[in-house]
Amino acid sequence: MSSGLTRRRFLAASLTAAGGLLLSFRLPALGRAPASVEVDGEGAEINAWLAIEADGSVVIRVAQSDMGQGVFTAMPMIVAEELEADWSQVSAEYASANRQLREDGVYQRMATGGSRAVRHSRPYLQRAGAEARERLRHAAAQRWQVDAASCEARSGRIHHARSGRSLGYGELAAAAATVSLPQGAVAIKSPDQFRLLGTPTRRLDVPAKVDGSAVFGSDVRLPGMVYAAVAHCPVIGGELAGHDFAAIQERPGIIAAVPLPGAIAVVADGYWPAQQALEALPVRWKPGAGAGGDSVRWRQAFRAALGQSGVVAAGDRGALAAIDAASRQVEADYDVPYLAHACMEPMNCTARIDAGRAEVWIGVQNPDAVLQVVAEESGVAPAHCHVHSCHLGGGFGRRAQPDVVREAVRIARAVGRPVQLIWSREQDMRAGWYRPMAAFRFRAGLDDAGRVAGFYNHSVTHSIMAPMGAAKGGIDGTSVQGLSDSPYAFGQRLIEHTIRDTHLSAWFWRSVGYSQNAWAMESFIDELAGAAGRDPLELRRELLAGRGDFLRVLDVLAEKAGWGRTLPPGSAQGLAIVESYGTIVGQVAEVTVSKAGALRLDRVVSVVDCGHTVNPLTIEEQIESGIVYGLSAALYGKLTVVDGAVQEGNFDRYPVLRLRDTPVMETHLALSGGDKWGGIGEPGLPPAAPAVCNAVFRVTGRRIRSLPLADHDLSWG
Amino acid sequence: MIKLTVNGSQHELALNPDTPLLWVLRDHLALTGTKYGCGIAACGACTVHLDGRPVRSCVLPLRAVGSAGITTIEGLAEHGDHPVQQAWIAEDVPQCGYCQSGQIMTAVALLRDRPDPSDAEIDAAMDVLCRCGAYQRIRRAVHRAAAAAGERDA
Repeated sequence: MSSGLTRRRFLAASLTAAGGLLLSFRLPALGRAPASVEVDGEGAEINAWLAIEADGSVVIRVAQSDMGQGVFTAMPMIVAEELEADWSQVSAEYASANRQLREDGVYQRMATGGSRAVRHSRPYLQRAGAEARERLRHAAAQRWQVDAASCEARSGRIHHARSGRSLGYGELAAAAATVSLPQGAVAIKSPDQFRLLGTPTRRLDVPAKVDGSAVFGSDVRLPGMVYAAVAHCPVIGGELAGHDFAAIQERPGIIAAVPLPGAIAVVADGYWPAQQALEALPVRWKPGAGAGGDSVRWRQAFRAALGQSGVVAAGDRGALAAIDAASRQVEADYDVPYLAHACMEPMNCTARIDAGRAEVWIGVQNPDAVLQVVAEESGVAPAHCHVHSCHLGGGFGRRAQPDVVREAVRIARAVGRPVQLIWSREQDMRAGWYRPMAAFRFRAGLDDAGRVAGFYNHSVTHSIMAPMGAAKGGIDGTSVQGLSDSPYAFGQRLIEHTIRDTHLSAWFWRSVGYSQNAWAMESFIDELAGAAGRDPLELRRELLAGRGDFLRVLDVLAEKAGWGRTLPPGSAQGLAIVESYGTIVGQVAEVTVSKAGALRLDRVVSVVDCGHTVNPLTIEEQIESGIVYGLSAALYGKLTVVDGAVQEGNFDRYPVLRLRDTPVMETHLALSGGDKWGGIGEPGLPPAAPAVCNAVFRVTGRRIRSLPLADHDLSWG
Repeated sequence: MIKLTVNGSQHELALNPDTPLLWVLRDHLALTGTKYGCGIAACGACTVHLDGRPVRSCVLPLRAVGSAGITTIEGLAEHGDHPVQQAWIAEDVPQCGYCQSGQIMTAVALLRDRPDPSDAEIDAAMDVLCRCGAYQRIRRAVHRAAAAAGERDA
């Protein structure tokens, strides 16, 4: 696994003393086979973020995790822009969580979520690239005995125009690593100076992802490694009451059964024999407090709680009088079920504890936090713990939860051998952490001109943050995303919230609160438009008056989608616009519903304002990705809980969108520039479900107030 | 001992003949490009070729392979440059990438039967789940690979 490291030389000699996999763990698959060309001279690490090899190739370290959203390319682009690197010579590797620990947070934030990679990292990645560029310029100036100001960095070389000389970065790297820079801040480009940022750039990780060489967590193969399958108590929170290892221990290849908190693992010389033996293993469970859990009753209880008042999240109770005083009132309740993430790669972790060192191989959204978990579970000091970041087969928030790491380390301790633990698809779906169940009440007053005179919303949501002690004053900020921060100028408004939990575990799910809240909010806005007899686009324009960025998105959207154009009978358009994670996305969905009620998704046009672009190709891909993920949930997504246990276990009962169901998608930009750098991994998702439901209403006259759509009869005419 | 031909190489394996081909490839032959996604032939991430036909290896027991030759993503082209792989790169298809071996193996088989598939034929054949939703790009890449093959043959 260390190919690519041995022939590379770094000046940071102190690091070699740490031994083993110093610096970042380089995935061999990312660069595929190392080039066989040997070059003279020495490469060097210029700073923690990048190393330049003697042949001029640049390795940029990525401290964020790429679960498909493109940061493995976007982060290096930001560094390379300031470095003035030749992009064709750039490769990427994951930054080391161990080094992050030893060098006191040298990689700043290593957690990935909240569409924050570009938003948060950009300034310090620009500085890292610029600082390295300055080192290279000064190293060249010293070599030539000229003024550094006369040396220009361009496309992987330092040029001296007056003498016509130039040196490649590889020739300067060793000197650049040690050159002393003059005091003072290095200059960062303004966006009009960008050469690379803003250009559609193919992903660096694609070649390894089309030839099978990309190493995902479950692809790691270690000498002497054995495999583990796990079963969790069907009722989350329950405990293992007993098991009978003797019933399976004579099977070929079976090594051990390892009891875990609320679970049991079987270890064997292959994953399949481990899984088969686990299924044959007699196990008794103590279901615990969640035993009676039932998602139908939970739904009733969440909806019933809408009738009580909640904690004020925004606005004030004066809005209620304004609503009552209006000439007419519109009211509607909505609700959504629990959802699984269903990453394509089921949860897994490979662990090895040996000679005072604990290591895991895993694709995760938070390798530095996982390192602490490894230390806790192994008893090995954090400085001797290593997290080898692998590719992530999806994440969507789920891979920020280290439950599988705890299990893998415990099993490796128990059997004294390297272990690869893989959760079956059924375990992934049933023992997981879920998008919260939620219910919503909306009430608004309309005046005689059809304007909104007052607005009330109450959400009842299973809290993600409360168990972490982060729901201050009864408000979990993630639960009211898209509600308390709505940009709509409703006049007087009251936004209330109530936390209501069950025995399941709620967790971050792509776009978090926005994913369900924006569906309810944007559906209700269309209900208001319908009640007022107004065009949904026109009503939104009125509610967003003064928000030039939103209005520009709406204008471009109306034009690109042909808002209001005539469609054949049975087809209609629906609209939604949502700002999340610093980015505004407006979408128009076109659907066709047969009279018998069969729904077809025809087209989704998106207009995006993320301020500036790093990689426009990634933006397009992420908007498409968000639409498909969001519509999978809207059309089909639902977990059913009976007797405390999640019933759905696999894609047969938890369907997701397939290629044949996927609409044609078009993405357009309406960038506001300035200081705005919005996120892109999540914002494409929230408007998709309401845009489709609004379109469905216009065909069928059926207002969808609970998801998924598959639960509803859509027949009409 | 069970004999198996994978990517042109012969293997003799002392394994339970009920073992699904997927786990033989992954755990015993270290061919990890073929992925586990569901174990019930619902997602297609595990698709490999059996004498050129696409099969879902997670439900194919070793005993059912017989003398058929198996091709995995690793055996598609020596340098990862099969026309379908090239089309996938050109269209920047993979996001997380986990399903892509299954997508590509399915596309190669489709194009063998239907060198210039219609959208409807792509819809019918490309039934491999992608949670990143790269479907639009998959469709484009299949068309691109077909067009490239058409140019070569012209």
